[in-house]
Amino acid sequence: MTHKPLEGVRVVDLCVVWAGPFATMLLGDLGAEVIKPENPFVFQPMTRGAMARPPQLLLERSIAWSGGLPRNEVGPRPWNYNPTFVSLYRNKKSFTVDLRRPEGKDILRRLVAISDVVYENNAVGTLEKLGITESWLRDANPRIILVRVPAYGLTGPYHDARALGVHLEAVMGHTLLRGYEDADPSANTAIYSGDYMAGAQGALAVMAALWYRERTGEGQTIEIAQAENAAAMFTHAIMDYSLNGNVQGAIGNRDVHGRAPCGVYPARSPGDATTMDDRWIAIHIEDDAQWQRFVEAMGSPAWALDPRYATNEGRAEHYREIDARIAEWTRERDDYELMHELQALGIAAAPVLEASRMFDDPHLRARDFFKTQTVRDAGTHEYVGPLWKFEQTPVEFYQPPVCFGEHNTYVYRELLKVSDEEYSALQAAGHIAEEYDPSVP
Amino acid sequence: MQALDDLCILDLTHHIAGPYATRLLADLGADVIKVEPPGGDIARQLPPFKGGVPHAERSGLFFYLNCNKRSVVLDLKQPAGKAALEAIAKRAHAVVENFAPGTLDRLGVGVEFFRRINPALPVISISNFGQTGPYRDYRLSELTLYGFAGEMYSMGLTEREPVKMAGTAALFESGAAASVAIMAALWASKRFGIGQHVDVSLAETHFGGVDRRHATAIAYQFSGRKTIRAAGGGAGMPQGIYPCADGYVEFTNAALRPDRVDDMLGHPEWNQDPRFNDPVQRLDPAVIEEWNVYFLTWCLERTKREIWAEARRAKVLCGPLFSMEDLFEDRHFRDRGFWARAEHPELGEVEFPGRPFIMGKGGWQLRRVAPLLGQHTEEVLREAGLDDDTMRQVLAAGGAQ
Repeated sequence: MTHKPLEGVRVVDLCVVWAGPFATMLLGDLGAEVIKPENPFVFQPMTRGAMARPPQLLLERSIAWSGGLPRNEVGPRPWNYNPTFVSLYRNKKSFTVDLRRPEGKDILRRLVAISDVVYENNAVGTLEKLGITESWLRDANPRIILVRVPAYGLTGPYHDARALGVHLEAVMGHTLLRGYEDADPSANTAIYSGDYMAGAQGALAVMAALWYRERTGEGQTIEIAQAENAAAMFTHAIMDYSLNGNVQGAIGNRDVHGRAPCGVYPARSPGDATTMDDRWIAIHIEDDAQWQRFVEAMGSPAWALDPRYATNEGRAEHYREIDARIAEWTRERDDYELMHELQALGIAAAPVLEASRMFDDPHLRARDFFKTQTVRDAGTHEYVGPLWKFEQTPVEFYQPPVCFGEHNTYVYRELLKVSDEEYSALQAAGHIAEEYDPSVP
Repeated sequence: MQALDDLCILDLTHHIAGPYATRLLADLGADVIKVEPPGGDIARQLPPFKGGVPHAERSGLFFYLNCNKRSVVLDLKQPAGKAALEAIAKRAHAVVENFAPGTLDRLGVGVEFFRRINPALPVISISNFGQTGPYRDYRLSELTLYGFAGEMYSMGLTEREPVKMAGTAALFESGAAASVAIMAALWASKRFGIGQHVDVSLAETHFGGVDRRHATAIAYQFSGRKTIRAAGGGAGMPQGIYPCADGYVEFTNAALRPDRVDDMLGHPEWNQDPRFNDPVQRLDPAVIEEWNVYFLTWCLERTKREIWAEARRAKVLCGPLFSMEDLFEDRHFRDRGFWARAEHPELGEVEFPGRPFIMGKGGWQLRRVAPLLGQHTEEVLREAGLDDDTMRQVLAAGGAQ
């Protein structure tokens, strides 16, 4: 076993949706022991799926990334193999406990006492209702690093707003800044880039706080207001308004830096969008020399030799005509062949990949990107790999996406040294389970 | 004291993702020494510019990406530039670079160069597709990154082309992911004395990211199902973007808590009506139609802020679509101290987003605004103990202002 940067660091994962679990997954990838307490009597929507036991029809009507369960069946324990859940819960441990009851809360206290980090992204007030406050946590462990990820902050008029990434990004401007320039904003699909930002930076913040603790011996509380954190992504629009008072709007697929053409063009397709068989090539010409090579690649058609198009200024002004012409050229061509042909000329081009096609990509195969994992009741499949390749401390998928209560024995017996008698009592009281209570829908 | 103020980062990155990664460390106190070529980081040439006119010291993008760093200009093709780089590297705890793979090796300042200086020095390389593989030398831009590796395919309308995110959101996400890799490499170096090469592929930071790409891949593996490109609206219980009196509001997953939606609309009794509270019955097109008529009218009679206030009261997932004007005026963010202000020699007084997050101890501080090109060449190289002769050569090669 090679060293891991965060080996020996223990994280209590009280997270619910995306931004939180993404952060703790990255910490797990880096070697931290991430332990998730889960409640057999309470189903947290959007953690292990929309419902513990979704009706088959709901599953079928759900978008694939939330409803695409193995063999399209609800199956015996759908909470263990919801695709969104599975994408965020490798390299973590799960045990069950009902935190609403005093003996359950005491179990959490004992776990916090032997941990380094507590990470949560519940709606503000949720943990407080359970009595899990900052001071309670600090009483349990004065050196604990507590990370809280509220949508808009722990203070201020919006502190109690319920939000997913898509809402707080709307507030920070993203939804009016993205999408087709000639369509109503309601043509925008929901997006969760803010969860990526806050998740990654949450992992960074934990490692920085651990660094600080190593130097000073002191723990601390970190507040990541997700909306504030997402702002960086919209730097162009924010700084343009700040410096010049310009209110930017949606520009479709055009380049925010004005280099043209920059677009998504149709490629030869085995079918249409209704069966997800439509194919597209993204092409971005970044300077005049690239444009000249691109024109040659197209066979120097008369339209492209128009002197107005020789400069970026001209191309940017006439982008609609140019885009329409490029689309005529790409329409009957294979997206991958176009990528290779244009990349050989030093032009940024790539297929807009429908997700399933990544598994056929030769580059990802050559880099050994995919990892095989087995999930109980779901079977063995390939999964996308880690975010980075470390030469000497490689990220390994040492724990497949964790089943509900999979580590009950480990946490209660090995870590917390719970006696036989106490274990039996907790079990009898329903704290220790591998399934949700039948009362949970 | 700041959490990372005992760290020195040799920053050989340019453009967006790399500089964003190192800025996050600089924000927490790291001494990030930004090495620029004589012409400067390409981001200096990218808009928005103050006044709309290109100028190497007036890019709002460069400003945001490079606050808290020091700028040193080195020509790495010259021996004096290499000697200066070596002097900085001797004091550094990590090297971060994002040149095309192989570029630093060709200049004689690749991983081996740094390993000879300090075997425990991690080198983090950020590149388009990684240091190996058939696409190693392929170009990438915001559009092709998100198109190829992010979940762009399912963004937009079924009958139209897929559409990207705003600005360079994907590159910022990659930068955030790279910052985690840098910090992890620093920990491995500190704890175990491991100096290693870290290969960060921008594409892989998106394939493995949280925003649906990974989940769509798993859903396909599990079920054979793919994710259709479609916007969300009009399916009964609010899901998607709706027009209102002064703009738009976005709702999500209201169907999970119909009781709260009914409360928001002032009709808690609807929660007893099986047409609205039964997850299957409410998918009936006639029920959806009846619902939509009421709901759309309710929205159009209210402003985005009024709707959001009702949604907050009733704990419904909702967000108004703010413009930059709305955002800058908003009291919540103003009162929380989200906006930072600083004086810059070329930009004047600038207002910009401050802390990325709030650490109770040792967190974000604005120690200096983005550096002018080569502003700290002499200062940094004197600290690094560079001899006068080499210093003169470095400055002559473009290291001075």
